[in-house]
Parts: sequence; C-alpha cells; structure tokens
Amino acid sequence: MAELAEWVLGPYDFTFMRRALLVLAIISVVSGVVGAFVIHKGLAFSGDALAHSTLAGVAVAFVSGMNVSLGALGAAIVTALGIAWTRDRARVSYDTAIGILFVAMFSIGVLVLSTRQSYTPDLFSFVFGDILGISRSDVLGAAILGLAVLVFLAAFSRELLFVAYDPLMARATGVPTRFFEYAMVVVVGVAVVVALKAIGIVLVNAMLIIPPAAASLLVTRLPRIMLLAIVFAIASSVIGMHLSFHLGVAASPAIVIVACAIFVAALIASRWRRTAAESPELGAVA
Amino acid sequence: MREPISALHVPAREPLAPEHAHGQFALVVRDLTAGYDRQPPAIEGINLRVPIGEIVGLIGPNGAGKSTLFKAILGLIRPTRGEALAFGRPVAKARDQVAYMPQIEEVDWAFPVSVLDVVLMGRYGRFRPFARWTRGDREAALDALARVQLERFAHRQVGQLSGGQRRRVLMARAIARGARLLLLDEPFAGLDAAVQHDLIQILDQLAHEGTAILVATHDLSCVANSCDEAICLNRRVIAQGPSADVLTAEVLTETFQRHLLAVPRQDTLRVVVDGPAERNERGLLGGGEGG
Repeated sequence: MAELAEWVLGPYDFTFMRRALLVLAIISVVSGVVGAFVIHKGLAFSGDALAHSTLAGVAVAFVSGMNVSLGALGAAIVTALGIAWTRDRARVSYDTAIGILFVAMFSIGVLVLSTRQSYTPDLFSFVFGDILGISRSDVLGAAILGLAVLVFLAAFSRELLFVAYDPLMARATGVPTRFFEYAMVVVVGVAVVVALKAIGIVLVNAMLIIPPAAASLLVTRLPRIMLLAIVFAIASSVIGMHLSFHLGVAASPAIVIVACAIFVAALIASRWRRTAAESPELGAVA
Repeated sequence: MREPISALHVPAREPLAPEHAHGQFALVVRDLTAGYDRQPPAIEGINLRVPIGEIVGLIGPNGAGKSTLFKAILGLIRPTRGEALAFGRPVAKARDQVAYMPQIEEVDWAFPVSVLDVVLMGRYGRFRPFARWTRGDREAALDALARVQLERFAHRQVGQLSGGQRRRVLMARAIARGARLLLLDEPFAGLDAAVQHDLIQILDQLAHEGTAILVATHDLSCVANSCDEAICLNRRVIAQGPSADVLTAEVLTETFQRHLLAVPRQDTLRVVVDGPAERNERGLLGGGEGG
C-alpha cells in the first residue's frame, strides 16, 4: 500500500512534476471542452493543420528573438482565420485547401529555421513537447488562454450550439453565424497553443480529438461529452506522466498512448453495451 | 390584441388589391428576384401574399426555386430585386414573428444535442452573452413537443430519431417560437400518410389560432386537400389563389412542364402525369425529397 502511495505521490515531490500536473489539468479541461466541438464539427484535420502551422510562428519568433509562445499564438490565429475563410468561400474542396495552407505554414517554419545552424532544445521542445520543462510563465500563459477560451464558450454556448446544429436557421433567427464559424476555428487554434509547449506540435491534436471521441462513444449530449472528455484527458495525463516518470520514457507520447487505450476501451464498452441493450425501446417510432 | 379569427380569416381571392397589403397579410412579397453567384436568377419577379390565419401551399417541381424563395424571404440570400415584408415590416426586423423550418437535410443530425435542446433553439431571441434559457422558454418548448407528440423523446439525442420524427422536431421548434408566420420547407416529404395527417392537423389548429403558414411541397394532394390557397411556382409565380381554382390542368402543366390531368374530387385530387419523360403517378403525389 505504501509502495503504491509512493508510486502515485512520489513524483510530486518535484516542482517540475507538480507544474506538469497543473498544466496538464488546464490542457485537459480546455481540450475536453473545445475537442467536443472539434470532433463533432469535422475540425480534426483543422486542428492538426493549426498545430503544424504554429511552427511558422515559433520559428519566426525564435529567429527574431521574440517570445516563442506568442509567435505560436499569432501563427495559430492567422491560420485559423485562413481555415475559416477557406470553409466559407474557397473554390477548391475544404480539405484540399487546408492541406495546402498547412504545408505552406509548416514549410515557412522549417525554411526560417534552416537559416539557423543550431537546432536548440528550446525549439525541439515545441515540436515534440517538453512537459517536464514547463516554466511558471508557461503555466500562467496556458491558464490565461484557457480561461479566455472557456469564458468565450460559456458566454455564447446557445449561439455555438445553434450554429453547429443548424447554421441556416441560426442565421434566419439573427445569430451572427459567420462570426461564430470563424470564432470557433480561432478557439481551436488557441486551444492548440494552450497545449503546444507541453505536448508538442506533432501530438497536440491527439488531446483535442481522442478524449472527446472516446466520450462520444459513451454519452450523447454535448455537456456530458465535455465532462467525460475532461475526465479521460486527466486520466490519460496522470497515468501517462507516471509511466514516463517511472519507466523513463517521453511523457507526451506516453500520455497519447494511454488516451488511445482509453479510446479502445470505450469502443469495446460501447459495442458491448449496444449488443446488451439492443432493446425495441431504442428503435425509432413513426 | 388578437381579433376573433373569423374577422381575420380572409377568404382567398385573386388578384388582391394593393391597398389590402397591410394588416391582413402576414407576408407580402413584392417583385422578389434572387439567385446564386454567376447564375441566372433562381426566382424572378415573385409577388405573393400569405393572409393571416391561412395555410398557403407553395408547389412546384424540384428546382423550381421553392427553397430559394424561402431563403430570399428570410434574407439568407440577398435578393437582387424586390422585398419581403412580414406584418408590414422587413422580415429581418420581424424575426420574432417569423419561424422557419428548413428541410431536414440542412441540419446536422449527428451533432450531440437533445430533442429539447433543438426545440429550445426556436426560442432564441436576442444576441446576449451569458444568456440562459428561462423557465418560460422550457415550458414553451415542452408544449410544442407535446403538440407534435414527441414529449417523451425530449431527452433523446436527435440523431436517434427517424425521418418523420426529425421533421416533427423541426416543426416543434418552429411552433415553440410562438411566431405568427411559419415558413415550412417540405415538411411532409417522405412521411407516411398517418404522420402527414397528424402534421396537417397541427397546422390547421395553428391557422385557426391566427397563424399564417406558407408550406413548400411538391405533394399536390396535400395542397388540394389541406391548403386554403395555392401558389404554383416555377422560377416565377404561375398562379395564386384558392386551391380549387389554381390547381387546373393548364396551370399544373405549365408549373411542372408536363401534361397533367387534374381530376378534382370531393375528398382528394387525383393527378395523372402524362408527360414525355415518364408515366408516373406517384412521383408527384408521393412527394420525394428536395425542392
């Protein structure tokens, strides 16, 4: 028993582990809530594109000596507006356009970095995530951005639901639909930046899609999906971090692997539940 | 504020003098022309009126511009010419008096919202941050659900419903708005006769309460039996007036670009298609999707 307690609590003797836990909790809440929209509005590819495009901002900020996180935020917002514009009125198909936008931004990032000889760990941490290297200001930044996202979603929950479900009727009723369609992609971009430093460009999208996807297999209403996604994200984070600490493996992929395992478990549970509860009551009438 | 229904119930007639345009009409559309980018207008020079307390059927073949007309009335696409007035005001300024039921294909049924969530959307009023639904909104939504006999499905995810139930949910949402003008786009498509009958009864009752209803459909028998007036549309208005007067062989042939034989009876209107493309009686009467 004491050993288990040591296994669970021991790591938190270290400041960097406490900080990691805190930032992962923030990431879990923000990704759980935003991710529920991401997977149900077909924004998963956009999330990945937003993540990769931040490299352009990171690279430009790094080379010009500015704050790297702010650079990432700027790139994410610019890309988000580009994606939203593309959805709104592009002449090519949506995923083609995003595919182009995404590689263009990523290429700018790599191009700018290639002008520098040294590939510093600071930059490396943005690409693959550096959860144990989170600073106090990183936690503060994530908390501020996360709070901004949550306040926005809470303020406009009715409108966002309406626009997501039935944009035509929403517009006919006087909801500024276009504003919310753009805003939602920007929100996804900000959520990506919240998790970027800890999880890394390559894997950050996993936090946005895997926990809500697992939750959606088990519950059917948006608020419940969000809550369960947060629980799954926190569980993945804590378990993944312990695996990383005790086995000496990289934290970010460990967290993603645990999240995937939870998704598979949810998939099995939902299938099992469906076969068990295949009752006529569930069948549609009329 | 409402006058007795008998006083409001304007008998259908045609043509309607312009001085009648205000007060008695829930919807007045004048010279409305609209369409999509770089294409010829989908509807042209539309003039029509929907009297208070009446059900008006808007019929026409697929691609006749029924949905476009609705969208232009609602301001969802910008008309290139003309205007639409609800109760004497531009529709954009009378949104709380207008409810719209889109075709079910326009809606994301996979989105994780409950039936009650959807019906509550009908109660949406003004853009106000941090606003929540009130108890009154909830009661109106549940009342509307009861009216379409779906109250026991209130907490079900909308994606679990059948096609007929989905249409009833959207109709409940339109009813929950408490609007005096309903625009319904293909509410009967794909419904079996019994459910269709139930929906028509609901509409009848709403009309008796003074609601004006414009129903787009390509179900001729429904218009013949249940609508006070009919409007035949094929890019422009071919004819408007009492259903019995409008649904003639000539008008229908012009509307559907096909030779139709209308055989009015006491209780039903039988339509026989005699066109070059196909001999198909059910195609028009059965009412498929789209418009």
